[in-house]
Amino acid sequence: MPKVQHVSAKKGDVLVLVGTMKGAFLFRSDAKRKRWEAGGPYSAGSPVYAMAFDGRQGRNRLWWATQSFRWGTFLSSSDDFGRTATQPETYSVKFPAESGLTLKNIWQIHAGPADETDTLYCGVEPACLFVSRDAGKSWSPVEGLLNHPHRPKWQPGGGGLCLHTIVPHPTNRNSMIIAMSTGGCYRTDDGGKTWQARNQGVRAEFMPDKYPEFGQCVHKIARNAAQPERLYLQNHWGLYRSDNGGESWQDIANGVPSDFGFSIVVHPHDPETAYIIPIESDEYRCTPEGKLRVYRTRNGGKNWEPLSKGLPQKNALETILRDSMATDTLDPAGIYFGTRSGKLYGSNNSGNSWELIMEGLPPVVCVKTAVVGDGAVSSSRKSASAAKKAAVRKKSKPAAVRARARR
Amino acid sequence: MPVTVRIPSYLAAFAEGHNALTVDSAPATVRDLLYELWRGHPALQDRIVDEQGEVRQHINIFVDGDAIRHTSGMETPVAKNAEVLIVPAVSGGMMD
Repeated sequence: MPKVQHVSAKKGDVLVLVGTMKGAFLFRSDAKRKRWEAGGPYSAGSPVYAMAFDGRQGRNRLWWATQSFRWGTFLSSSDDFGRTATQPETYSVKFPAESGLTLKNIWQIHAGPADETDTLYCGVEPACLFVSRDAGKSWSPVEGLLNHPHRPKWQPGGGGLCLHTIVPHPTNRNSMIIAMSTGGCYRTDDGGKTWQARNQGVRAEFMPDKYPEFGQCVHKIARNAAQPERLYLQNHWGLYRSDNGGESWQDIANGVPSDFGFSIVVHPHDPETAYIIPIESDEYRCTPEGKLRVYRTRNGGKNWEPLSKGLPQKNALETILRDSMATDTLDPAGIYFGTRSGKLYGSNNSGNSWELIMEGLPPVVCVKTAVVGDGAVSSSRKSASAAKKAAVRKKSKPAAVRARARR
Repeated sequence: MPVTVRIPSYLAAFAEGHNALTVDSAPATVRDLLYELWRGHPALQDRIVDEQGEVRQHINIFVDGDAIRHTSGMETPVAKNAEVLIVPAVSGGMMD
């Protein structure tokens, strides 16, 4: 086994959590985000599709999911940035025997709301949502999804039948939207008791009915807490926005080289700004024209601009998977993504220019971020409040000042 | 004579460091044997079988040299002085 490196993080540092097919890694920088040190690999040799950082209630808790092809899938956590990790005696995320299901993988770990400090969620394969109300000690499947009447008709995508996206409503505790491949988006408005398909307008190229109630292969959805009814969606063919919490979706693939792709993220302080990395077709699955370009919209998808400064524009046949792009919460925002070829890129200026943070990693399947000591998670009320303040500040600035700030 | 169960180093870490475990209760089948094993070493259960009680895909169990996949699975008889091996399968290539 490789020698494990560790990082020492302090308050205000930025962490980039990277899950790969051969273990988990942790990257640390100060708020400038120019120099990075690397820690890991943790769970060396096993795929890690899900990572999360729980900074609530003064914690510095790192979570990751190990998919050991021998010993099964289980959660680990560390309160000292990976130096020591829990080895659970019995696995905590398990299907009840009577369900007839067996856990294949954990695709998503999501810390709950900032004021529910012991709530955590997991999205798993086969598609289901698990919740913990005791800070991850014990977990239960959400019955409304476990026993959903659509379950017999959900079909596995290329990666399996996975629930890969968890987007709680930032202010309405009873509302959450999730996404699975394939099944599409489902939303609950009663705290998980019932779930309704929310795929109106999202196409399914591979179905006889191109716009079914459910069955879409949604790859990722994202939301900015300051505008909770607006959602962005990267589909298996299709790029969409919803302004009504997923009730309906409109096509926003305006001027992108391909509307196929996996990842999508929203700017942490501007709900009008989102990022994607288009992929050429679901057969080829590489960046178009051998150019590695992130595309950014600043107007909710009316148009998109390529961002390529610092990214290779020749012979860059890269694949970026659904959970391999993330933003931090700083201003200007940091944007990060990892590739199947093991490269990790980052931007400390909202995507205007990019740096290669590390290459030679195993294939990257997960990228998450955290700022140590801010106590916030991406869906928290705190970040929603910060985003609203940022939006007010932005509106109050003259146009010339805004442009300079963006550079 | 008790049944001897030999386990790899990874699992020994969840059995107080022992690579060889003994079961004295004369289990009739592999299912009975594993049940006894879980009682003494509960951390082994989730690592060897899934939620449905099935041996994980990439783990092999041998009873006196015979893989239970090729005998009667969990109902394979276990003799009084049997030696049981639990070993990870050679499954290279799938994730490389």
